[in-house]
Amino acid sequence: MADSKAKSGILLDIRNLRIEATVFPPGEAPKNIVLVHDVSLTLEKGKVLGLIGESGAGKSTIGLSSMGYGRGGVRITGGEVILNGRDILKGGKEGFRKLRGREVCYVAQSAAAAFNPAHRLMDQVVEATLLHGTATRAEAEKRAVALFKKLSLPNPETIGERFPHQVSGGQLQRVMTAMALCSEPDLIVFDEPTTALDVTTQIDVLAAIKDAIRDTHVAALYITHDLAVVAQVSDEIMVLRHGRLVEWGGTRQIIKEPRQEYTNALVSVHEIEHQEQKPGTTPFLSVKNVTAAYGRSHIKVLKNVSVDIYPGQTLAVVGESGSGKSTLARAITGLLPPEEGTVTFDGRPLANKLADRPKEDLRQLQMIYQMADVAMNPRQTVGTIIGRPLEFYFGIRGRERDRRVADLLDKIEMGKGFIDRYPAELSGGQKQRVCIARSLAAKPKLIICDEVTSALDPLVAHGILELLLELQKEESVAYLFITHDLATVKSIADSIAVMYRGEVVRYGAKSKVLTPPFDAYTDLLLSSVPEMEIGWLEKAIKGRRMASAGN
Amino acid sequence: MLDIKRIPIPALIGIVLTALFVLAAIFAPWIAPHGNGEIVGDVWEPMSATHWLGTDNLGRDLLSRMIYGARITLFIAVLATALSFSLGAILGFSAAVFGGWFDTLLSRLVDLLMSIPTLIMALVVLSVLPTNLVTLILVMGVLDSTRVYRLSRAVAVDINVMDYVEAAKLRGENEAWIIFREILPNALSPLVSELGLRFIYAVLFLSTLSFLGLGVQPPDADWGGMVKENKDGIVFGIAAALIPAAAIAALAISVNLVADWVLNRTTSLKGGRG
Repeated sequence: MADSKAKSGILLDIRNLRIEATVFPPGEAPKNIVLVHDVSLTLEKGKVLGLIGESGAGKSTIGLSSMGYGRGGVRITGGEVILNGRDILKGGKEGFRKLRGREVCYVAQSAAAAFNPAHRLMDQVVEATLLHGTATRAEAEKRAVALFKKLSLPNPETIGERFPHQVSGGQLQRVMTAMALCSEPDLIVFDEPTTALDVTTQIDVLAAIKDAIRDTHVAALYITHDLAVVAQVSDEIMVLRHGRLVEWGGTRQIIKEPRQEYTNALVSVHEIEHQEQKPGTTPFLSVKNVTAAYGRSHIKVLKNVSVDIYPGQTLAVVGESGSGKSTLARAITGLLPPEEGTVTFDGRPLANKLADRPKEDLRQLQMIYQMADVAMNPRQTVGTIIGRPLEFYFGIRGRERDRRVADLLDKIEMGKGFIDRYPAELSGGQKQRVCIARSLAAKPKLIICDEVTSALDPLVAHGILELLLELQKEESVAYLFITHDLATVKSIADSIAVMYRGEVVRYGAKSKVLTPPFDAYTDLLLSSVPEMEIGWLEKAIKGRRMASAGN
Repeated sequence: MLDIKRIPIPALIGIVLTALFVLAAIFAPWIAPHGNGEIVGDVWEPMSATHWLGTDNLGRDLLSRMIYGARITLFIAVLATALSFSLGAILGFSAAVFGGWFDTLLSRLVDLLMSIPTLIMALVVLSVLPTNLVTLILVMGVLDSTRVYRLSRAVAVDINVMDYVEAAKLRGENEAWIIFREILPNALSPLVSELGLRFIYAVLFLSTLSFLGLGVQPPDADWGGMVKENKDGIVFGIAAALIPAAAIAALAISVNLVADWVLNRTTSLKGGRG
C-alpha cells in the first residue's frame, strides 16, 4: 500500500520558503526579522513528516505556511508552496478559502481552546465539509461518526451531540482530529496535538492519530518538540533550529545515527546521572494520613496520604492529572487545610491553615510553580521579585539587598544585567530560573516544585534540572518534586510516591519503586512514557494491563 | 525616558489642551481680564475686541467667567474623582482579597446605593445638607465610588487567583502588600481608562447639579451653571450658552486623549520601554 502511494507522487513541495515579521524593539525603529530562512521540504502522498525543534524554531510557522497562513503579522515573503501541483501562494484570498479545510486541515495544540464552546461538537466537525459543499449534512455526519469510531471515542453515535466542555481533553483532541479528517483533505497539519496531554492519555491519542493516518492515506506534517513522540508517527523527521534546517532524514536515521551535533543533543537530552541517596534516619517533614477535599468535603482529593521527606533529598510525586499530586502540595503549604491527618515539620506539627503559621515556618517551605510567567508579578522587576523574600524574611535592604540579589542571579547562571528587567523580557527558561532564585532567597529547607519543567523545551528543562541538582548539593535543600514525566523523575529523585486518584499506590526509594514487579498503575505510567524507539507505541499499547483514567 | 518626539500627536494635543485648562484654572485671577462677578457691559453683548467671548445674561465678561469657571469645575471634579477612585478601588480590592462576609456586606451595600438613581440621590442629599464645596465633593465622590468599586472588585478577583498572588500569600505577606504591590499595579490599566471617563462624568454631573441649582452657588459658577444662566439666550440666537458647553466637550476629549495614551504605556509589561 505504501509503495503504491509513493508512486502517485509529491503532494506538498515547499521551496526556499522565507517568512518574515516586523518587530518593534524598545527605543529603536521597527525592523524586519527573518523567522524562516529559505527552508525547502517535500512530502509525498500518505506520508508523515515530523517537524521538530525548540520553541521559536519556526516549526509551527512552516506548518501553517502549507495552508498559506501567517500567524500574528507574520508574512511569507519568498519561496513557493506547491500543493497538488500548484503554487498556493499565488491563489490569493479566494484560493486560500478553497484550500483551507478542504485540501489542508489543521489540528491545534489545545483543542479545548480551539473549539467554540457554544456549539455542539458535531456542528463543528462537519462545518468545513458543508461549507465546501463536498457532502450533504447526512453524509458528513455519517462520515464523522465513522471517524469517531475509528478514533475509538466512546459512544461514537452520540458524542457529537455534546458540547466541548462535556468531553475530556484527550477525547477533545481526537474529536479535533476527526474534524480535520472529515472533509477528506490531502494534508493535515498536526501542531503539537499531544503536548498538553498526560502521558497516559497521550499514548491513546497518539495511537488513534496513527491509525487514522494509516487508514485514510492522508499526508501529515506532525509538529512537536518531543522527539520520542514524533518517532512513533512519522516516516521522516526534519530538525529545525532558529528557522533554519538542521537535519532532514528518515526517522530511523535521525534517531539512531544523527549527523548533526544539535540533533544528537536533542536525542540524548534526558540523560542526567543521579545517584540515589539513602534515606536518613529522621525525616524533617512527614505527612501522616492526610485527607483533603475541595468544597464541603464532597469530593475527597487526597485519601489517607503519608509520605516522608529527608533533609537534602528529593521526593518525586508522580501521577496523571487529577491524581491529587498538586493538592498534596497545597495541603503541605497550608493553602488547602487537610480535613484529617497531620504534617510534621522538624519534629513539631505544622499548623493546618496558612494564616496560623509563623513567618519562620513559611520561610522554610518555598514553592516553585509550573507556569513561571504567571508565578511572577509582571509589573515587578527581577530585582524586586528576588529581593522581596530577602527584605521580608531577613530585613535586608538597600545596597546589601542588591548585592545578595546579584549573588542569587549568579547562582542561577544569569548575569547582573537582569536586575532591572521585567518578566516579559525573559525567556521561558530564564523565568523559571528567577522563580528558583526567589525561593532560594528565603534559604528554605524544602522547595516544592510543581511541574517546574513541564512547560519548557526539553533542552531548557534539562538545564533547569541540572541547576536544581547543583543547588541541592550547595544548599542541601530538599525538594518535593511533582511531575508526570517519569524521565524527569529518574534523573532527580531519591524516593518516589506514585499517586492515583488521591491515593499513594506505591512509595519507596527510587530503585525500589522502579524495579518490577509493578502494580497495574505504575506499570501503565512507566509504559506510557514515549521511548525513542521505532515501534514502541504498538508494543506499549499491546502490553498495557489497564486503561488510563483520563479516557 | 519620556521623549517628547515619541508622544503620538493625539496625545500631544490632549496634553496641550489639558495643560491650558489647568493653567487657566490655577492662574485665574491673573489671567482673567475682569473679575468673576463684575458687570462690565450690556447684557449678551456679541464677541468684540474688548470682550472676546461677549458678555453673559447679566453683562459680565464671559471669558473671565469661563476662566474662573474652569477653576471651580476642575477643582471639584478632580477632588471628587480622586475621592471616588481611592475609596472605590481600595474597598473593591479589599473585598476581593478578604472575601467572605466583608465582600458580601460591601457588595450588597454598593448594590443598594446603585439601585437609587444617582441624580435623585444627590438631589435629596444636597437639599438636606448645607450646600458648600465639601458636601458637594463628598456626595459626588461617594456616589461615583460605587461604580469604581464594582470595576476594581471584578478586576481584583481575577488577579487575586494568579499564582504570583498565591506566592505572595505563601510568603506570608499581609493584605496591604497584596493589595498595593501585587494587585494595584496589575489593575491599573482598566482603572486608568475608567479614570478618564469618570472624571468627565464628574464634570457633567457637577454641571447637571448646577443646572438644577444644587451645585455651585451664584455668584460663583461652574461651566454647567453658566450654561443654565445663558440658556434663555439661545432662543434669541445668542451663543453664550454654547461656549461653556463647548469647553466641557473640549475638556472631555483632551482628558481622554491623555488617558488613552497613559493606558497604552501602562499596558506595556516591559516597563514602558517597549
